Amino acid sequence: MASSNLEGFTADISKSLSGPNWLSEIRNKAHSDLDQVEAPDTEEEVWRYSRVNELKLSELTPSSKRPENLTSLPIERFSSSSATVVLQDGWISDITIGKEAEEAGVIICPAGDLEDGAKYFGAALEKPVDLFGYLNRAFGPEPLVVVVPQGTVIKDPIVIVSLTDTNEAVFPRIMIHCEDNSEVKVVEIQTSSNVEAVISPVLEVTVGQAARYSHCVVQNLGAETWQFAHQAVDAGKDASAEFYIAGIGGEYVRTRTDCRLTGRGAFSRINAAYFGEDDQTLDFRTFQDHISSDTTSDLLFKGALADSSRSIYSGLTKIRPEASRTRANQTNRNIKLDPEAWAESIPNLEIENNDVVCSHASTVSPVDENELFYIESRGVPTSVAERLILEGFFNEIISSFPVQEVSAILQEAIVGKLDRRTLNQSEQQL
Amino acid sequence: MTNSSLVIKNLHVSVSGKPILKGVNLEILPGEVHVVMGPNGSGKSTLSYALMGHPEYEVTEGEVTLDGKDILALPSWQRAQAGLFLCLQHPIEVPGVTLESVLTESARAAGRETSTIKKQMLEEAESIGFEEKFLERPMNVDLSGGEKKRNETLQLGVLGARYAVLDEIDSGLDVDALAAVSQRIQGFTHDQNLGVLAITHFSRLLEVLEPDKIHILNDGCIQLTGGPELVNQLEEEGYQVLLGN
Ligand SMILES: Nc1ncnc2c1ncn2[C@@H]1O[C@H](COP(=O)(O)OP(=O)(O)OP(=O)(O)O)[C@@H](O)[C@H]1O
Ligand SMILES: [Mg+2]
Repeated sequence: MASSNLEGFTADISKSLSGPNWLSEIRNKAHSDLDQVEAPDTEEEVWRYSRVNELKLSELTPSSKRPENLTSLPIERFSSSSATVVLQDGWISDITIGKEAEEAGVIICPAGDLEDGAKYFGAALEKPVDLFGYLNRAFGPEPLVVVVPQGTVIKDPIVIVSLTDTNEAVFPRIMIHCEDNSEVKVVEIQTSSNVEAVISPVLEVTVGQAARYSHCVVQNLGAETWQFAHQAVDAGKDASAEFYIAGIGGEYVRTRTDCRLTGRGAFSRINAAYFGEDDQTLDFRTFQDHISSDTTSDLLFKGALADSSRSIYSGLTKIRPEASRTRANQTNRNIKLDPEAWAESIPNLEIENNDVVCSHASTVSPVDENELFYIESRGVPTSVAERLILEGFFNEIISSFPVQEVSAILQEAIVGKLDRRTLNQSEQQL
Repeated sequence: MTNSSLVIKNLHVSVSGKPILKGVNLEILPGEVHVVMGPNGSGKSTLSYALMGHPEYEVTEGEVTLDGKDILALPSWQRAQAGLFLCLQHPIEVPGVTLESVLTESARAAGRETSTIKKQMLEEAESIGFEEKFLERPMNVDLSGGEKKRNETLQLGVLGARYAVLDEIDSGLDVDALAAVSQRIQGFTHDQNLGVLAITHFSRLLEVLEPDKIHILNDGCIQLTGGPELVNQLEEEGYQVLLGN
C-alpha cells in the first residue's frame, strides 16, 4: 500500500487547491483511491531497471501555493507561435493566444474555467496508470485544457513551457482535444532550475477523426531533478498522432507514452532522441495499442550514453484481434560511449491477429569500429570522428522534428554535450 | 630528404589471433608505382588495413616507416596526416555523415584552409566524372560499387598524400570510369610525386599507371617481384605455374 509513505500528501492540501466543485471531486476521489494504489516497485515489469525504489516519497510534499516569482523563460526563440502558455510548478502563470488561434476559436484555459472540464480527465486513458497518475489527479493545482475546433488548421505551434523552481513534488497536467479534421502542433518545453523537484506531469491528447496532431517534448530539466511523466494519446478514425521527444536533462527522467489507435486507419509515430551524460538515467516506456484495423505505428528511439549514464527503452506493441492489416515498426538504437555507460533495450510484440506486418529491432553497441576507422583514415582525429558519427546518428531524428526551432534546440543540446565530452577527453590526456 | 620512402620491413599481421602476413618487405619511393597481386585470401587487404591501423589487424612483428617516421606507433588519423592514404576495397558506409564534413575536419586537423574544400571537391568530381549530386549523400550510402571507388579517388585528390594504397580501386569501375580514375592517379604520381601501392587482379589498371614493380603476394609473403612484364606472364600462366607450385 502506497499511503504509508505519503504523509506529506495530505487530504487537506488536496482540498485546499482551488477550482470548481467538479474538480474538487476529481481530486477527492483520486486522493481516497491512493489507499488502493500499489507503490511502484522495480519487481514489476513496467518499473524494472527504473530508479523508483530510490525515491523518498515520505520526504516530499506537493506544491500547494501558486509561485509568486516568475522565473525567466526560454521562449524568445519561438518567434512564430500561435499561442504560448507558461506553467510554473504546475500552476498556469500565463496564457497568450495569438490572433490566428483566437479567430479560429482555439480554447486554451484552465480546466477549472470550463463547466464540462471533467470530461477531459481520462479522455485518452480512462484511469491513471500508476501512483504518480493518482497523485497528479489529487494534487494537480491547475490543469490546462486546449481545444482545437473542428476543421481548424493552426499553422504555427502552440508553445507550452513547463518550468519548475521548487524542491517539492510538482503535478502539471495538460489535456488537449483536437476535434475532427483539425490540425495543430504543440511544443512542450520542460525545464527546471537547479532544484531537487520530483515532477509528475500528465499529458492527455485525443485526436478526432482525420485530425493531425504533433507534439514535441523538449525535456531539458536541471541536473538534480526527477521526473515521472505520462503521455497518453487516443487517435480516432484516420487520425494521425505524432510524438517527438528530446531527452536531454534531468537526473532520473521516466517518460511513459501510451498510444491508443482506436479508430480504423489511425496512425501514430514516436521519434525520440536522448543523450545521457554523468550519472543521468533516461527511462522510456512505450505502449502502442492497435485496437482497430488498418492502423499503423512507427517508433524510432535513438540514444547515446556517455560517462556512467543509463537508459532504458522498454516498449510493447500490441495488436488486438480486430486490428487486421496493422503495420507496426519499433526500433531502438543505442550507442554506448563509455565502459561505465549502460543501456537496456526491450522491444516487445504481442500479436493477436495474423494479417499484420510488424517489425522490431534493437541494438546496444559502441560506436561502429569500421565507421570510426574509415573517418579516421581520412585524417580526422578520433574524438572528432566520433562526434561526426554521433551527429549523423542523431540527424535522422533531429531532421524529422516538425518544428524547426525544436530541431535547433536538440541539435544545440547534442553539440553542447559533445563539446563537454571533447573537453573532458582532452583534459584527461593532459 | 635522404630517407623519402615508404618502407615495410618484415611485417607480420594477425587477424583474430590467426597469422595472415608472415614477413612482408617493400620499399616505395615517391612517384613510384608498385603493384601487389595475389590470389584471393592471400592477405592483400590485410596489408592495406594493417598499414592504415585498422584495430582488427594486429601487427605482431616488423616495422613501417613513412619518410623515416615510424607510423605503426601512430593512431590511424595521424598516419593519414603523415601522408598515407588508403582507398578501401570496400569503402564503408557512414549514415548521417557527409563527405564535406569529413574532408573539412581533416583539413582543420592539418591546419589547412577549410573554406576551399567544397570547391576542391567539385573540381575533383569533375575530373573523374563523378556526379555532383553524389557529394550530398552521407558517406558512401546508396552509392554503387563503382561510385564508391570514384568517391575514394576524389578524397585522395582533395586530401593529397605522399603515399597511397589503392586496394582494388579498379574493381567495380566501368571502362570509362577506370580510364578517368587511372589517369587521375597517374597525374598524382607525375605532378605530386605520389608513391602508389596498387592492389589489383587485372592488368587493365596498369595500362595507364606505368608500374615500376610487380609483387606477387602469396601465403602472407611476397614470393616474386619483377617488372611490368610479370603481369602478362601471370595472365598467361596463372599463379600456380608462375610461383612454381
Ligand atoms: N576481419 C577479418 N576477420 C577474419 N578473417 C579475416 C579478416 N580479414 C581477413 N581475414 C582473413 O585473412 C585472409 C586474407 O584476407 P584478405 O582480405 O587480406 O585477402 P585478399 O588478398 O585481400 O583477398 P581478395 O583478393 O579476395 O580481396 C583470408 O583468409 C581472410 O579470410
Ligand atoms: Mg582484398
